[in-house]
Amino acid sequence: MPGLSEAARSEIRALGARYEQRQSALLPALFVAQREAGWLPPDVLEAVAEALEVPLSEVAAVASFYRLYFLRPPGRHQLLLCTNLACLLNGADRLRAHLEARLGVRPGETTPDGFFTFRTWECLAWCDHAPMMMVDEERYGPLTPELVDEVLARYRAGAGPAGRPAEPAGRPGSASRAAEPGGGAAQGGG
Amino acid sequence: MGERILLPWLERDDAFDLEAYLRAGGYETARTVLRTMAPADVIAAVERSGLRGKGGAGFPTGRKWAFIPKDAPVKYLVVNGDEAEPCTFKDHRLLERAPHLLLEGMVLAAFAVGIRKAYVYVRREGYLARRRLEQAVAEAYAHGVLGRRIFGTDVDLDVVVHTGAGAYIAGEETALLESLEGRRAMPRARPPYPAVVGLYGQPTVINNVETLCHVPAILRLGPEAYARLGPPALFSVSGHVRRPGLYELPLGTPLRELIFEHAGGLRPGRRFKAAFPGGSSSALLTEAHLDVPLDYEPLRQVGSMLGSASQIVLDDSACIVRVIARTVEFYMEESCGKCTPCREGTVWLAQVFERLLHGRGRMADLDLLQHISDGMTGACFCPLGESVPPSLNASLRHFRHEYEYHIRTGRCDVEERLAAPRVAAS
Repeated sequence: MPGLSEAARSEIRALGARYEQRQSALLPALFVAQREAGWLPPDVLEAVAEALEVPLSEVAAVASFYRLYFLRPPGRHQLLLCTNLACLLNGADRLRAHLEARLGVRPGETTPDGFFTFRTWECLAWCDHAPMMMVDEERYGPLTPELVDEVLARYRAGAGPAGRPAEPAGRPGSASRAAEPGGGAAQGGG
Repeated sequence: MGERILLPWLERDDAFDLEAYLRAGGYETARTVLRTMAPADVIAAVERSGLRGKGGAGFPTGRKWAFIPKDAPVKYLVVNGDEAEPCTFKDHRLLERAPHLLLEGMVLAAFAVGIRKAYVYVRREGYLARRRLEQAVAEAYAHGVLGRRIFGTDVDLDVVVHTGAGAYIAGEETALLESLEGRRAMPRARPPYPAVVGLYGQPTVINNVETLCHVPAILRLGPEAYARLGPPALFSVSGHVRRPGLYELPLGTPLRELIFEHAGGLRPGRRFKAAFPGGSSSALLTEAHLDVPLDYEPLRQVGSMLGSASQIVLDDSACIVRVIARTVEFYMEESCGKCTPCREGTVWLAQVFERLLHGRGRMADLDLLQHISDGMTGACFCPLGESVPPSLNASLRHFRHEYEYHIRTGRCDVEERLAAPRVAAS
């Protein structure tokens, strides 16, 4: 059957049963589909609509509204550079230029080798580590050009988030171990 | 835990784990309250504590709970963990570090209002927050803190963790309900309010993560003792300070004290320029406002607001035109497109800022910015569009000279001033 495997379809049907109304499972169902297919081409959207018994128009409307669904094939890793205020104030522009140069693509594009999809992003709520970025599910910050290079090299070497920093530890007066902006040790350096 | 309510949990690096939470006295309050108090008394205690919603609107929490019809057969608790207001990160950190504290607050809220089903809506980008919360929910079920007959009483509560998919508007309470029902996150008209017609058309309490995290302490200490602590509030501090982070201080702490005593002040050689006291939707404050108490009423009196209590601090290296342009861009990106003033207004403003920042501005653009801003004020369908005018208007009022410099010279006076010493030294 085109679109999705039977396993994914039954996972989606089970999600539907968690809610009083099946359509509530549409957002998580689209992530199940995307995990399996890599992105959301039309036949996958149709398979989701069938499995959840929700009109295709609803599925397409939702898939095109939220930013974390891919309506085109993405790269292997998602690199989101936060460019909102705290990051902007701490040099996100400079890091954006650095990433454009290193990756050879502009925000919204995927590197020719398909390794990274580079996107600028709104606030990722790690503002005490500004400027920061996220690669897949891992956060890195405060960023320096050197740390960016190190992270890119690590993913390119297939190491992924291995050696990633522990999540921030507490310290008196603040629930963050953010280094002082501009001068601190680069967190995320493995 | 001393006089601080939330920060001690955030400073521990193990409180996300059930065993550690229990060792620190976690769930004791819920156990005692469910066994010894009447639901109405819990609502009354929360009302007396003065607790107000920490998501931005600041509505009294106890009153919100009291609105729910007592005899409604089906009612829901929805926790808004979709925090995405620029530079606000308290709810994320609470979910990552103290998910059981939230669950304890949820059990108390559900008991008070007579709710048996709750949903926690977490922003998709908060991967660690979701992992920790899901783990906590599973542990809580296994420990008898969630599910049937909680603590051996006749109270039941089921909790489902739900994630968004990348949309700031999903944090607006009615848009969140749409999203939770599997649709585009577009706001619904109010009234009817969710307390009457909410999730699946049933009465629904929607509370912010931090709000619910305060509830166990209110019932443990008693509302009067809790209120005497300030009441306490979590401030997210970011931008140009030496120690960005989360600070728990009494409401009413002056901005000056928060920045210069707690957040370590500004970087060497820099001067304070401006701050947003309640996220990017609050009107910018200037040096003249440094002694304003960070509390609902005093901030309203100076034309701003506490909102989510996130302080974004700008020193004199920040170009106000650039900063406001960035906030306009944010709201343009995040507008759901439902209503014209927000959809068109944000794009139009962004076009004017584009001109200003690229040396193509005209003096008439300043009136145009004001005109667009006035046209959006009070005209948008939901709070997202209404978030744009306050900081824009404040910047035109307090920093008009910076706009004029951009227009007159095609350059940025801040950048020129920053560049000047380096030129002289080389």
